[in-house]
Amino acid sequence: MDAFLLQILNGLDKGSAYALIALGLTLIFGTLGVVNFAHGALFMIGAFCAVTLQKLLSLSFEMVDPEKTDFLGNPLKVKTPYVEAWFGPEVGGTIIEWSVPFAILFAIPIMVAVGFIMERGLIKHFYKRPHADQILVTFGLAIVLQEVIKYFYGANPIPTPAPDALNGVANLGAIIGMDIIYPVWRIVYFFFACVIIAAVFAFLQFTTFGMVVRAGMADRETVGLLGINIDRRFTIMFGVAAAVAGLAGVMYTPINSPNYHMGMDFLVLSFVVVVVGGMGSLPGAVIAGFVLGILESFASMEWAISLIPGINQIIIYLVAIIILLVRPRGLMGRKGVMED
Amino acid sequence: MSKTDVSRRGLLRTGAVAGAGLALPTIFTAQSASAFTNEPTGSTVTLGFNVPQTGPYADEGADELRAFELAVEHLNGVGDGGMLSTFSSKALGGDGVLGKEVKFVTGDTQTKSDAARASAKSMIEKDGAIMISGGSSSGVAVAVQGLCQEAGVIFMAGLTHSNDTTGKDKKANGFRHFFNAYMSAAALAPVLKNLYGSDRKAYHLTADYTWGWTQEESIRAATEAMGWETVNTVLTPLAATDFSSYIAPVMNSGADVLVLNHYGGNMVNSLTNAVQFGLKEKQVNGKNFEIVVPLYSRLMAKGAGENVKGILGSTNWHWSLQDEGSKTFVRSFGTKYGFPPSQAAHTCYVQTLLYADAVARAGSFNPCAVAEALEGFEFDGMGNGKTLYRAEDHQCFKDVLVVRGKENPTSEFDLLEVVEVTPREQVEYAPDHPMFAGGQLGSCNPGA
Repeated sequence: MDAFLLQILNGLDKGSAYALIALGLTLIFGTLGVVNFAHGALFMIGAFCAVTLQKLLSLSFEMVDPEKTDFLGNPLKVKTPYVEAWFGPEVGGTIIEWSVPFAILFAIPIMVAVGFIMERGLIKHFYKRPHADQILVTFGLAIVLQEVIKYFYGANPIPTPAPDALNGVANLGAIIGMDIIYPVWRIVYFFFACVIIAAVFAFLQFTTFGMVVRAGMADRETVGLLGINIDRRFTIMFGVAAAVAGLAGVMYTPINSPNYHMGMDFLVLSFVVVVVGGMGSLPGAVIAGFVLGILESFASMEWAISLIPGINQIIIYLVAIIILLVRPRGLMGRKGVMED
Repeated sequence: MSKTDVSRRGLLRTGAVAGAGLALPTIFTAQSASAFTNEPTGSTVTLGFNVPQTGPYADEGADELRAFELAVEHLNGVGDGGMLSTFSSKALGGDGVLGKEVKFVTGDTQTKSDAARASAKSMIEKDGAIMISGGSSSGVAVAVQGLCQEAGVIFMAGLTHSNDTTGKDKKANGFRHFFNAYMSAAALAPVLKNLYGSDRKAYHLTADYTWGWTQEESIRAATEAMGWETVNTVLTPLAATDFSSYIAPVMNSGADVLVLNHYGGNMVNSLTNAVQFGLKEKQVNGKNFEIVVPLYSRLMAKGAGENVKGILGSTNWHWSLQDEGSKTFVRSFGTKYGFPPSQAAHTCYVQTLLYADAVARAGSFNPCAVAEALEGFEFDGMGNGKTLYRAEDHQCFKDVLVVRGKENPTSEFDLLEVVEVTPREQVEYAPDHPMFAGGQLGSCNPGA
């Protein structure tokens, strides 16, 4: 039973990342009709916002310690971060330690700007082109972005830990007399994802801006005829989608050390999530993200692998095939989307 | 006035012969007038360095390339000469190899077997490389080794740790200086027994490819022989990034040791996830839970940050070694690049010098003469103590390092501490050992 509940928790936190990325993908597809293969790269850029802030906060000056030597036998240059020199070792250390949560604020304007530049600078030129062209250009863009990141940050993963206060484990089963130990940061990640998802839905549901966007998603032409500049709103939604992917990346950094190709690792899975959820369906993307995350976790269990060897590697694709055979439009897909 | 009769049949016949000639791979045509593939005829000789320049191992590849460049400089008499001064063989004089200046070309393996074969093939066919070296993966090493055997050039493997490279996939033209999974296990097991006792229950997570399989087989055999029980072994996809769903079952399995048969990005992520789940602080069966990483890489360990602290593993070489060879190499490399070399850089540097030395001793670039000079060659002064290139399988036998993640590092490079230098005798095995069975070395191919 403990193992069962643990895998559900695992699935929920895996699904959180899938859901956030798939939500952004669906927002872009639903508004602009673009299949954005660069969306994984936005997740990766978000993660590197956290890395960048950590590096900025850790900027140091060097002092020679004559009593110690480096690997060549020269006097050792000891690095001291400026923030520790300015605010004292304790406060300065705490500021550096909390760089990942601080990076949320740091990443939002950057990601919105990246989204704007991406949409205005490149993607808008492909609105009237076939989906295959859009896929090719955005995939190419993703490769360029990841190579740029690799150029500046290298190919190796960069450790970006969570603050010590959120770095331990919590026994979630203590209340019910069970032993369900789970990392605190992963629980934080799950709740963070829920808040972001709720915020996006609330924004679309309860604001005038969101209402216009939804109307535009349903009938772009009519909204345009009413004198509303729907293109501008859709561009803003691209920025919002980029920010959602970026925040998912920021918060993911303590879970796995970020590297330049982490976006690609998530991209294909997230597309499967979108297709399973139903192209253009926001609730579908979120539900499919969590469901597939949980299924993937269960498929990694010993009994599942012994029952069907290799199931842990194919489960998501297997489910996608079954869903598409039974419900060709996905779990919550609407008629007419990508069917022209 | 002459008249030329050109019949349709004659034209077709001539065309077919010419076409067939053009279609022949240049590997086979180029040597028609030579004794062996890419026999150097001018004043230079070209070596091909095939390393991952893109992909997840690009940083390790970059370090290999730095080492190759340094080795070529030293062979040509540039710089301080590096390990040429500590190498027990004195056949090289810093004036190139057999009087020829050493040049090099590079290829990008991308850590993909097909891409690695294509880049090696290009260096052999287009650039005239007479030897191929480098790489950061066993899958790539096995693939490129096979290509070099067919093409008739020597392959001096880079970082490859699978038993198969010099086991079932060994080739007469291929040579490995790096240690292997069996050696890691043989070195680690006694240390594990001393530190953690002989009554332990181990759970293995293993990368699902050639290296992972042989690493698991080796460490299992070694730990079971000293009394450990293997509770479970689970294969994880090479493409996996989040190992939490594989770590969670460990917690309720009754195991008190987790062995991560992972390398590179897999190792960084699985170790990070295991530490996140509190395994390092866990108590099971009245004992502290322990994590073991059989193959460590300092470059990769850096990615796992503080999570490596206290974790045991093994490595081929470490920059902190205090023998003259290691100190000389670290000084040369560190002065040129500003940081200490990795184990991948070390093995690539040593392989280049060993190849050049074998050519010099053989007095020929002929791959078969070079292979003969390397087989059974015993040397010292290269950082791992007295070393033997065994003739039967072309595997180097030398001391192996057992290392542990350092608790209080003094710099960003100071991540591992050497726990024990395991003597060569302890990691040796018979050429027909079952873990290495199934392949034939075959005979050397000069390509002529």
